[in-house]
Amino acid sequence: MSVHEYDAIIIGGGHNGLINAAYLARAGKKVVLLERRSIVGGAAVTEEIFPGFRFTEFSYVVSLLRPEIIRELELPRHGLKILPLPSTFTPMENGDYIAAWDDHDKTRREIYRHSPKDADAYDDYARLMMRMAMAVKPLLSLVPPDIASLSPRNLVGLLKTGQYAASLSESDLYDVARLVTQASGDLLDEWFETDALKGTKSASGIIGTFLGPRSPGTAYVLLHHYMGEIDGAFRAWGFAKNGSGGVTASIASAARALGVEIRTDAPVRQVIVKNGRAAGVALENGDEFYARVVVSAADPRRTFLQFVEPKYFPDDFLTSIRNFRTRGSSGKLNIALSELPNFSALPGEGELHRGAISISPSVDYIERAFDDAKYGQVSRRPYIDIIIPSMIDPDMAPPGQHVMSCFVQYVPYDIEGGWTDAKKELFAENVIGTIEQYAPNIRRAIIGRQVITPVDIERIAGITGGNIFHGELLLHQLFFLRPAPQWADFRTPLPGYYLAASGAHPGGGVMGAAGRLGAMEILKDWRW
Amino acid sequence: MLKQTPFHARTSAINQLQNWRRWSGYYTAGLYEMTHEREYWAVRNSAALFDVSPLLKYLVQGADAARLLNRIVTRDVLKMTVGQVIYTPWCDSHGKVLDDGTISRLEENTFRMTSAEPNLRWLTMNAAGMDVSIADVSANLAALSLQGPKSRLILKGCSTKPLDGLKYFRLMSNEIAGIPVTISRTGYTGDLGYEIWMDSSSALPVWDALMSAGHDYGVTPAGMLALDVARVEAGLILIETDYTAAHHAIIESQKSSPFELGLGWAVNLEKTAFNGKRALQEEKTRGSDWLFVGLEVDWTGMERLYREVGLPPQIPSITVRTSLPVFVGGVQVGYASSSAWSPVLKKYIALAHIRRPYFEIGTQLVLEVTVEHQRKYAPARVVKTPFYEPEWKKS
Repeated sequence: MSVHEYDAIIIGGGHNGLINAAYLARAGKKVVLLERRSIVGGAAVTEEIFPGFRFTEFSYVVSLLRPEIIRELELPRHGLKILPLPSTFTPMENGDYIAAWDDHDKTRREIYRHSPKDADAYDDYARLMMRMAMAVKPLLSLVPPDIASLSPRNLVGLLKTGQYAASLSESDLYDVARLVTQASGDLLDEWFETDALKGTKSASGIIGTFLGPRSPGTAYVLLHHYMGEIDGAFRAWGFAKNGSGGVTASIASAARALGVEIRTDAPVRQVIVKNGRAAGVALENGDEFYARVVVSAADPRRTFLQFVEPKYFPDDFLTSIRNFRTRGSSGKLNIALSELPNFSALPGEGELHRGAISISPSVDYIERAFDDAKYGQVSRRPYIDIIIPSMIDPDMAPPGQHVMSCFVQYVPYDIEGGWTDAKKELFAENVIGTIEQYAPNIRRAIIGRQVITPVDIERIAGITGGNIFHGELLLHQLFFLRPAPQWADFRTPLPGYYLAASGAHPGGGVMGAAGRLGAMEILKDWRW
Repeated sequence: MLKQTPFHARTSAINQLQNWRRWSGYYTAGLYEMTHEREYWAVRNSAALFDVSPLLKYLVQGADAARLLNRIVTRDVLKMTVGQVIYTPWCDSHGKVLDDGTISRLEENTFRMTSAEPNLRWLTMNAAGMDVSIADVSANLAALSLQGPKSRLILKGCSTKPLDGLKYFRLMSNEIAGIPVTISRTGYTGDLGYEIWMDSSSALPVWDALMSAGHDYGVTPAGMLALDVARVEAGLILIETDYTAAHHAIIESQKSSPFELGLGWAVNLEKTAFNGKRALQEEKTRGSDWLFVGLEVDWTGMERLYREVGLPPQIPSITVRTSLPVFVGGVQVGYASSSAWSPVLKKYIALAHIRRPYFEIGTQLVLEVTVEHQRKYAPARVVKTPFYEPEWKKS
């Protein structure tokens, strides 16, 4: 057993942990980051599962990574490259397709082919989403206030939130209010008539959430995913060079350059508490690390129910955390391919292979997929978001061969009878069978595959419930309620212990806002 | 009608927008796809294939070939080994830059010069009394530029002779698709890259072979818009955009010396007499009034300007070739001649002519920008160029 002393200890080497560590080190603190696995990256990792085939195992696109983080940590200098993912192609059940291409006029003509009315609505809808995203986005960089507290710190927070709300026009405010409460399916019904268009658009409203597109609240999730698209030239939407692991590798490189000590194979057993303060952590091997500040970049349940003895937290807080919804609803099928999938609707190799391919023929289709999951089954005909990383970055697969990332929903964590190999096989088969309907050569093209269920996300990436956002983006789990009332400002009831990951405001996706904002709050508290 | 390059049959078939620009009297593709984004990223992540046939090319041969070129350009041609390529500017007798280009020593007494402007007359005038022949081979010689980290792998896949030993700014004879070619490790992107030179009559099989060998490595035909962003990132000047050729200048202040263009490294004042030597010696002693430098615009400052009008920052995705004034303390100290958003650096960068003493690295200044039709000033500072230089460029 050995003992080490630092200013700050970060538990967990996902992107938020790395970002948090980098910002603390940037402020001159001596920081150690402890990662359970032998690689950093958390759920943003790239691993060579079959020789020469590199899978973006969990997270697979970049959309929300905060521009200020890219800039302040100089991530491009550390290798971050975000490559364009220009189109979205949706094959339809009738053998046709609908696509959004890399050009406004081309996309408009494509939608016009299906519905002249929808083509007109498309621009107005895009404008509404852009305005709404601009309206909501400032919240991403605000520390949520405690609306019931009148402490000076909170008054400032309340004031900022109030100023922000006052800056919105009345109609914007109503639109925002509608959007955060509405079902994405209903929102889209107001705008469009083409099923496949609505299906594809509604899909961003259900990602990472155990809800269907007909459930209220999904319109907000849709907006959450849209926010990455409004950063102008700085936009971060795309596929990272070397996959999502390329993003975290660049952050880790920046963190190391700032002096962060990264220790892998260092699973934390528990947080050491002394005199009512978090004083350090003990690893499973018995090594002890002491510091003024302990930051958890794990999910809220692990952070509060596993690492710390319950006696250090008030009962109502523990109840809130126990009730925090972390139902994993998505899985991945990562496939090594000998040839590209050949879509009957648009045969041959083409630009569709360089963009997203969405199996989302209608809102009803996705809602039915949810119906299966609601009662503990994998979707028979799931929603699938496909990208082919090797078409964007040739370093992802051997020349002439390909890797295909299939994000699948719904794949419930709590499957009836529990997850077994047979169930995993059924899940994989449902996905391949579904793709096969549109690209008949897929089965013969498969060289190898990796099946990722929420249980695997939990086992490998260490996220409770396998929920990709560390907790669903439900209205009652957002802003000043994330992860628990009164504790949405990255602080916790245990002094010296902080939460700075996706389970904190403003939530998940490879965004990094929680890691950065958390570091800012920690530094405010720093008193020697 | 403009002329078509030897690759026109291929390039016109894939030019989705039929977007053509002009280059030395030829059609040249601005971009092939609906946006140049992917073409740009091919330069930085896989390989981009440019048709650079419109380059002007001169074959200079004879016992005095080296002596002639040495008299014209500012670098030392006599020291070049066979198989070496140099980049160099050349000047008028007042030490003002006429043009810039490359010189390849193909054989002991055979050189190829490339240039942006016609130079046949200038070469001939300077050759008076020398044992040398000068031929404009521009139309006979087709050229492709394959640029990007995968360019070597692709060329290895389709050329007969091994390429691994070919060093930066060296050339070799080779064969692609049965066609004799010269491959030089040169380019205008600041990345790993090669230029392939071949007889115009056998150009198409070479294009096809490169496209086919490059398919699995993401080879992407790319146009001038992508090239223009890459060359700014590499800090490379462009004639008639970043400087005016001395013999095109109407007024004296439009001319620039190599020192003022940041090409002082390419001026060899030790060698025997050459055009402009005396003027350049004097300028060197005196110190230059201008320097061509890199500017990095502070993004937080840009964001603030846009936030004031309620917009996210809007930066054109192509290189802006409009002159933008640069100020220090309210006084104009220069102008940016090329500015661009760099996708690989995620920075707004510019190449600028700045007056002494404001051209020192680290100097804070402001760049004039237009935000919603209003004149604004974005904070910027002088930085080193190249802005982007991957470790594989010379490895």
